[in-house]
Amino acid sequence: MFNFRRFFLISVPYIWLLLLFLVPFGIVLKISLSDSALAIPPYSPTFDLSAGWAGFREMWAAFDFENFLWLVDDSLYIKAYLSSVWIALVSMILTLLVGYPIAYGMAKAPEEWRPTLMMLIILPFWTSFLIRVYAWIGILGSQGYLNQFLLWIGVIDEPLVLLNTSLAVYIGIVYTYLPFMVLPIYATLEKLDGDLLEAAEDLGCSRISAFWLITVPLSRPGVIAGCFLVFIPVVGEFVIPSLLGGSRTLMIGKVLWDEFFANRDWPLASAVAVILLLILIIPIVLFQRQQQRAQEAGQ
Amino acid sequence: MKPMKKSVLAALSALALATPALAEEVHVYNWSDYIDEELLVQFEQETGIKLIYDVYDSNEVLETKLLAGSTGFDVVVPSASFLARQIKAGVYQKLDKSKLPNLVNVWPEIAERVSVFDPGNAYSINYMWGTTGIGYNVKKVAEVLGDDAPVNSLALVFDPKNMEKLAECGVHFLDAPDEVIPAALRYLGEDPNSGDVDVIAKAQPVLEAVRPYVRKFHSSEYINALANGEICVAFGWSGDILQARDRAAEADAGIEIDYKIPKEGALMWFDQMAIPADAPNPDGALKFLNFILEPKVAAAASNYVYYANGNKASQQYLNEDVIGDPAIYPDEATIKNLYVKEAYDQKTQRFATRMWTAIKTGN
Repeated sequence: MFNFRRFFLISVPYIWLLLLFLVPFGIVLKISLSDSALAIPPYSPTFDLSAGWAGFREMWAAFDFENFLWLVDDSLYIKAYLSSVWIALVSMILTLLVGYPIAYGMAKAPEEWRPTLMMLIILPFWTSFLIRVYAWIGILGSQGYLNQFLLWIGVIDEPLVLLNTSLAVYIGIVYTYLPFMVLPIYATLEKLDGDLLEAAEDLGCSRISAFWLITVPLSRPGVIAGCFLVFIPVVGEFVIPSLLGGSRTLMIGKVLWDEFFANRDWPLASAVAVILLLILIIPIVLFQRQQQRAQEAGQ
Repeated sequence: MKPMKKSVLAALSALALATPALAEEVHVYNWSDYIDEELLVQFEQETGIKLIYDVYDSNEVLETKLLAGSTGFDVVVPSASFLARQIKAGVYQKLDKSKLPNLVNVWPEIAERVSVFDPGNAYSINYMWGTTGIGYNVKKVAEVLGDDAPVNSLALVFDPKNMEKLAECGVHFLDAPDEVIPAALRYLGEDPNSGDVDVIAKAQPVLEAVRPYVRKFHSSEYINALANGEICVAFGWSGDILQARDRAAEADAGIEIDYKIPKEGALMWFDQMAIPADAPNPDGALKFLNFILEPKVAAAASNYVYYANGNKASQQYLNEDVIGDPAIYPDEATIKNLYVKEAYDQKTQRFATRMWTAIKTGN
């Protein structure tokens, strides 16, 4: 017998996927195969429902891969993709280095403190992300708080150039994405069975080697989840590098902005976005697999 | 009747009276910091039309919205070179000039120059115009380059020998290839309005030679950076630099900023008010345009933003520090030496943007 309840429950996530991912992606893919034009909207062919099947075939015939060839032709795009992936990797490692100790500290804290600590991690989300990035401009500028403080305590004689550098971009990214790293790691560390550590120590393991032999491997699912949650959005990051970075910071988000706004070439901008998505699908699929394995292991 | 009910009734009747007056709305989309806000109140009081005013800070953002369509805006203010290609894309509707009696006040010379972009001035009226030139910190530049520093020449920003020294005190350039490339071409003696990619390419070595000495390419940060002494030279828009001059003077920290139109000539740009083809209230938009064309209104706007307007009749109402300032209202000879730049076509635009990225990022 056909199970309506089951069908309904399963269909909800698929409808979600269809409406919020596949349909927009189809539109972007369609534009990426079109040519730019001086019109509203600025590309052709446009999808004309009233022309029916003939109109659709005409549109299909006008499609080509010219924009994708262009992306291969000019080394700018490949460099921008690579540079974005590199920045995302470095940011991910930095965020992990900062986030793991925080998560570890939270998990080791007395149980009655944990909700408060959790709250402190989530609290910054209550303020606009944009305002928090702007605040870093005030901190890192040549007349900013950090420089004033360093001058005051006498560590430096001249203001450091911090703003508009790669360092500022990394600071901004690590700060913004830290909760995405801390929360999944904390979730795994909190569930960690303390008896295992005790057993290790009883068997003559030092606390440090017990940490490396037991805590770290068991927290791996959280670490991997945190790394993906940071890496994937940072690759396409646009706001942080454009506010905190200098003109030399090359990222694919900025290239996409230029194609869309400065060149008003929506088809090429869409092609950049499609390739970006393909680059990101690889880690997303790996993430999915890892999650599945973790779930199976948990059962 | 209880007193409370009375007040509710009064509020309701007030609402009923107020509603028809507020039913008509005009949506205006203008550049940020680009009008005296008292004028907006004055417009509402004079016409009874509710004005909904929103701002943007780049032509590209405006253009993208317009090309996507159905913006809901009744009046927008693109720069003339952008306006020209937007007209070709069918973004605007022709102005019904019978509803703009104040057109008699326009400055014919400005209208004529704008007609390169908008033939016959059929689609737009001039709001403000200005130049792209050199803003500098008088004391610091003299310290670095001596008293005979070429502040009135493009050599100040395009000669690496000058720029190497100026890098110490900081230089900003506009992040706008459409403004900087023509200036570099003018410096070389080439046609700044050229749409030929071979000519445009000649600007690249000039800009690459000074690139290491430019601290930032940005189109608005230089106002504050000049005013508080973080940089000593900016290649930017006249009115913005004059705002920096005023802020520096107000702060009274011993920083003196000045603006010069380079002797080689400068780009003359125009911000034009136009009505999108799909404007919800074109009649209200025309009323707003006619209001802006009133001499006293145009003068008040210029007195506030320090840009020249295209309204000849407004000049008698301008403050002396506006009409008398050659940086805002240059003399005849200087105006003759100014050049205009038309919009690049799609291919040339792509070439210019790509070249600009190469200059900025080294890729």
